[in-house]
Amino acid sequence: MSGTISNKDRMQIPIQVMPEQAPEVRVKNFTEVPFGYALEVALEESKRCLDGCKAPCVKGCPVGIDIPGFIKKIEAGDFIGAAKSLKKYNLLPAICGRVCPQQEQCELVCVVGKKGPSVAIGRLERFAADYERMSGIIEVPDMEPPTGRRIAIIGSGPAGLTGASELARLGHKVTIFEALHRPGGVLVYGIPRFRLPIDVIDTEIEMLKKMGVEIICNAVIGKTLTIDDLFEQGYEAVLIGTGAGLPYFMNIPGENLCGIYSANEFLTRVNLMRADMFPDNITPVYLGKHVAVIGAGNTAMDAARTAARLNNTKVTVYYRRSREEVPCLPREMEHAEQEGVEFKLLTAPTRFIGDENYFVREMECIKMELGEPDASGRRSPRPIPGSEFIDKVDTVIMALGFGVNPIIKQATPGLETDKKGVIIVDPATGKTSIDGVFAAGDIITGGSTVIQAMGQAKKAAKGIHEYLPTKTLPTKTLDKEMAKI
Amino acid sequence: MPYPILKKSELAPNTVMMQIYAPLATKKMQPGQFVIVRVTPNGERIPLSISGWDRDKGTLRIIVQAVGRTSTELINLNAGDFIEDVVGPLGQPSHLDRYGTCVLIGGGYGTGAIIPIARELIARGNKVIGIIGARTKELVLMEDDLRSICHRVEVSTNDGSSGTKGLVTDVLAGILKQEPVHMVTAIGPVPMMKAVSIMTRPLKIKTFVSLNAIMVDGTGMCGACRVEVGGVTRFACIEGPDFDGHQVNFDELVYRQKMYIPYEKKAMELCTCK
Repeated sequence: MSGTISNKDRMQIPIQVMPEQAPEVRVKNFTEVPFGYALEVALEESKRCLDGCKAPCVKGCPVGIDIPGFIKKIEAGDFIGAAKSLKKYNLLPAICGRVCPQQEQCELVCVVGKKGPSVAIGRLERFAADYERMSGIIEVPDMEPPTGRRIAIIGSGPAGLTGASELARLGHKVTIFEALHRPGGVLVYGIPRFRLPIDVIDTEIEMLKKMGVEIICNAVIGKTLTIDDLFEQGYEAVLIGTGAGLPYFMNIPGENLCGIYSANEFLTRVNLMRADMFPDNITPVYLGKHVAVIGAGNTAMDAARTAARLNNTKVTVYYRRSREEVPCLPREMEHAEQEGVEFKLLTAPTRFIGDENYFVREMECIKMELGEPDASGRRSPRPIPGSEFIDKVDTVIMALGFGVNPIIKQATPGLETDKKGVIIVDPATGKTSIDGVFAAGDIITGGSTVIQAMGQAKKAAKGIHEYLPTKTLPTKTLDKEMAKI
Repeated sequence: MPYPILKKSELAPNTVMMQIYAPLATKKMQPGQFVIVRVTPNGERIPLSISGWDRDKGTLRIIVQAVGRTSTELINLNAGDFIEDVVGPLGQPSHLDRYGTCVLIGGGYGTGAIIPIARELIARGNKVIGIIGARTKELVLMEDDLRSICHRVEVSTNDGSSGTKGLVTDVLAGILKQEPVHMVTAIGPVPMMKAVSIMTRPLKIKTFVSLNAIMVDGTGMCGACRVEVGGVTRFACIEGPDFDGHQVNFDELVYRQKMYIPYEKKAMELCTCK
């Protein structure tokens, strides 16, 4: 039990390694790479969390999870309790335990981490959530009595799912409108199964349904229905969580040749449409023998590692800055390199050359050097004149980041956005320029992480709850008021 | 919830008309917009143009010609069967305005898509002439429907078995000699749209073409449908499907449409639907 181990002893426990599939094995499958902690390993790791710690980790978490709280429950052997306490702050711990950048958040400020490796908070989060899921005893969280208020959520990605869970727990009737034929948003079409298994997402979506959340697929808000239509149908507030999702291209010659994809298209074909199972699944994905991935963010790593798993292809990542500036999580680049993905750094494509059938065959690149730091603080790359060279490639995947999808903006007069189309909100409440309309996730940032989207969705859910007219208070609150009299 | 097929009729060999119950997709549908369907649970997402809809009944009318695995599976379904997914309306509506005299040209299954455009242009006070092009008489689609709407309808067939012997451009050339034309819309195979655009360009007649690029999500998320228009890359799904025919790089579109042909053949070989 906690308390029986001194903090000094706790500091002596080495960080527990999470076993994973060997690179040569996993590069032939789409099964999740890390196996997760076994029970006794999780117990041991949980002992590394100090007693009486001021827990700076909690402030490092965008959704403010009571991190010591859940870890101490693991140490006490109350794994279900640990999962429940996680879910008080974050409905999707099995997802965040896997895809959060913990090294930049909670684990970055961990006290234990000052003298060695931080407590493996993310791995413990994943352990507790997986334990609950495997046990089959997932309970619907405590919910307020129904308020009769109807709220529409646009998009079923991280922001939409989080917003739905928060608002459903407050007793509101939530309907999610999803554009694709399957809910989950980027968790389903973007993040590969070897990083986030599909049953993890489905479990979370099933839970939302049990909480009374309705999900309507094949509904593109802005096209199928407008936000005004939603209000007319009796929804009292709308949360926009449509994500970024308009892929950038470079606008260089030859970019429309066959065999050149956006990372979004490539990942959607494989993840959502299961083109890896072609022809059992009918959606194909074209892949040559040498795949060039342009860009080095997390999406680029997802694309590179996915390509490496198909057809024994050689995969090279081209990035215009140096290793130091690579924007993806360190563990993603590490995993990619282990899986045989090569990196050509300080290199940028300048044009693509095709064959007589319009398929890409060569890519002209130019070498770059780093100049002075730019506005973002990163050293800006500049081309070295005369350093052009040609690489043979037959597939190119552009992973250059995302712009904002214009559909909602075009169909919603009065919705204020910045020049790039990012919806302007009050950061505390998610409130947009239109009364009753809130927004969260990449649509208000232009592109960020799952957990940031979830943090914003929590704020927006609170914003919506407070916005709803108070003349008919939720019954429970009324009962409390009555009891005072 | 799957989407039931309420009616099916065969228009020509390998070409059917279907009425599908998809009420959400009808609510905001405008001429020129399209839907994306997924026929089976393991199916691909393909765009289909719309030849009519009934908001009160919640039904869509589509014309489907079997060209690949998915369209073959679709035309083999019958009234009472279900389609896995239907989403729409997608894309921008056609450019509906008061032009004067409009010539709407449909080639093959594209003829279905010009019907709602014709109806709306007439409602806006235009004179509308329809041209239907086909290889031979039995492939001429929707002629009666179009005749019941348009001021005038001409047919061209390659073998002369119906209407003018030749191509739609031969008929168009005749009309252009007879009277001033203020707008042309062509929907159908790319070579036809290209030929029409080449003919109208020197005459500076506003010409729209509907680009049937390969699509996956149909909402701007993937960029599979990139087309070059006026030297700039556009996404056909959210900026189109209608574009200025005088600006379109048709050759690139043809190449890009062929990208998956070897895969389509393989998928077809394994299809039990033939």
